[in-house]
Amino acid sequence: MLESRYKYLFLLPGLFTLLAIIIFPLVFTFRLSFSSWDVVAPALDFIGFDNYVRVFHDMRFWESLATLGTVVLSVVSIEYIIGFGLALTLWQDIEKSRFFRVLFIIPMMSTPVIISVVWRTMFHESLGPINDLLAMLNLPTVPWLSKPTSALIAVMIVDVWQWTSFVFILLLAGLLSLPHEPYEAAAMDGANHFQTFWHVTFPMMAPISIGILIIRIIEASKIMETVYVLTSGGPGTSTETSAYYIFIRSLREFQIGYSSAMSIIYLLMMIVALTLIARGLTRVLVGKGG
Amino acid sequence: MRIIIYKGTKYLVLILWSAFVAGPFLWALSTSFKNDAAVVSGATYIPFVDFEPSLEGWRILFSADTEGVNIAGPYISSLIVTVVSSLVSLALGTLAAYGLSRFTFRAGPLGNKDIAFFFISQRIITPVVLAIPYFLLLKTFQLLDTHIGLILIYIAMLLPIVVWVMVDFFNNISTELDEAALVDGCTPLGAFYKIILPECTPGLVVTGLLCFIFAWNDFFFAFTLTFVDTQLLPVSIVALNSSKVPWWSLSSSSLVAIVPLVFLAIWLERYLTRGALLGALK
Repeated sequence: MLESRYKYLFLLPGLFTLLAIIIFPLVFTFRLSFSSWDVVAPALDFIGFDNYVRVFHDMRFWESLATLGTVVLSVVSIEYIIGFGLALTLWQDIEKSRFFRVLFIIPMMSTPVIISVVWRTMFHESLGPINDLLAMLNLPTVPWLSKPTSALIAVMIVDVWQWTSFVFILLLAGLLSLPHEPYEAAAMDGANHFQTFWHVTFPMMAPISIGILIIRIIEASKIMETVYVLTSGGPGTSTETSAYYIFIRSLREFQIGYSSAMSIIYLLMMIVALTLIARGLTRVLVGKGG
Repeated sequence: MRIIIYKGTKYLVLILWSAFVAGPFLWALSTSFKNDAAVVSGATYIPFVDFEPSLEGWRILFSADTEGVNIAGPYISSLIVTVVSSLVSLALGTLAAYGLSRFTFRAGPLGNKDIAFFFISQRIITPVVLAIPYFLLLKTFQLLDTHIGLILIYIAMLLPIVVWVMVDFFNNISTELDEAALVDGCTPLGAFYKIILPECTPGLVVTGLLCFIFAWNDFFFAFTLTFVDTQLLPVSIVALNSSKVPWWSLSSSSLVAIVPLVFLAIWLERYLTRGALLGALK
């Protein structure tokens, strides 16, 4: 038996450090959300639920949430599909594909904000290479960052570029850890490539897929730096995500009380949404193929 | 015939995706050798053929004059903050993860699972929510615009990652190892340090690399909590992204910031494809 009086030596240093750094900000944000603290009068007064009522009527907040939902759902699905495709492509001859594997994970290691700066020059309408290549292929050029739809697509392209790598490498690791027996059985039954994938590979990858998708949804919902560099939320407010809108209200306009209320509502909605998504994914991915 | 089509499609996919992935880096590399003339006339790609190369973008990185970027200072600051916060998080987080894996903790109705969940749930919090309180917190302790202040914030960011990944590694190591060490007269800390830690080197490497990537790539906290005395690399590069953008120095500094991580990618790939993170996902 391990001596139990030592156990606190292991856990407590880390736990107390995290608590010391994180608890004050969380509690203070909660307290601030009931105050009228802004740039004119930084006061820790108590105004009840006024800020929360204001959030409820703030269409810009709900629109930013809708934008966020669109971006997250789109990029995570695209990343999952492409990442799975690439992983399946490299899975069979793993010995020879080291070059591609290393190349394909470089995007997830690149500083998001810096690579967004590079992408911004690439999306430049008249001097950037993307429109130049489109013109060379006789395709119509796109006003990337100055039209609402194409600006949103540009943000998504950068996110897909960056994070498909993450989905890819973890799915590849998952594929490599699968047992051989089910495949031998499927081959004996005369299953073709597609049937093997749908009835053997995909169900066995379900638990890992759920983990990866949840992490990607959590991380993708924080999207802000790409928006900040690429479009500053524009044109208009068309690429404004929740985090970016909270950033505008808090660190640009110093409506501290109000932005805190938005933060609290946002966090609560995230927790509810993630719980529902986790349940839904488990039902869809684990439930099928049985 | 079918096998040819299959292989052809496969290589087409690989080449297309490689081009997409490499595109921004090749563009940045090419642009870093351009000057004003090579940028304002439309997109150009190949030096000597499309444009006359210039070393201006690279020279400016290390010059301290008014239009220079002088990237050395921010580079060293970024390295210090990243390495220190990663090491501290790794030490504290590994201990906590071992504790959670080996012992039973009770605090009222809360048990090990709840404590582990508390650590991991911190990842859900969007950084922007914490910016103002962090600002006030650091201001109270006069740590705004200092390395130490930023290191503390990064530790809070990295600890959840370390605990999350390492708990699973420890769970996969048999407790018989600990017990044997204790029978041999080790203290629990000694058993952990001498016997268990060497067993999970792959986990420590992957976790350490993840910490390094997350801290090195952070922009938001550095942007809101440091200003003049402490300048990190991402912030000073984004500062170039202002009204008149010098594309060449923007590109050269971006490459310099990202290249160290490309070398880490070679290392990380080896551990990740061996499944070093899989347990934590389930």
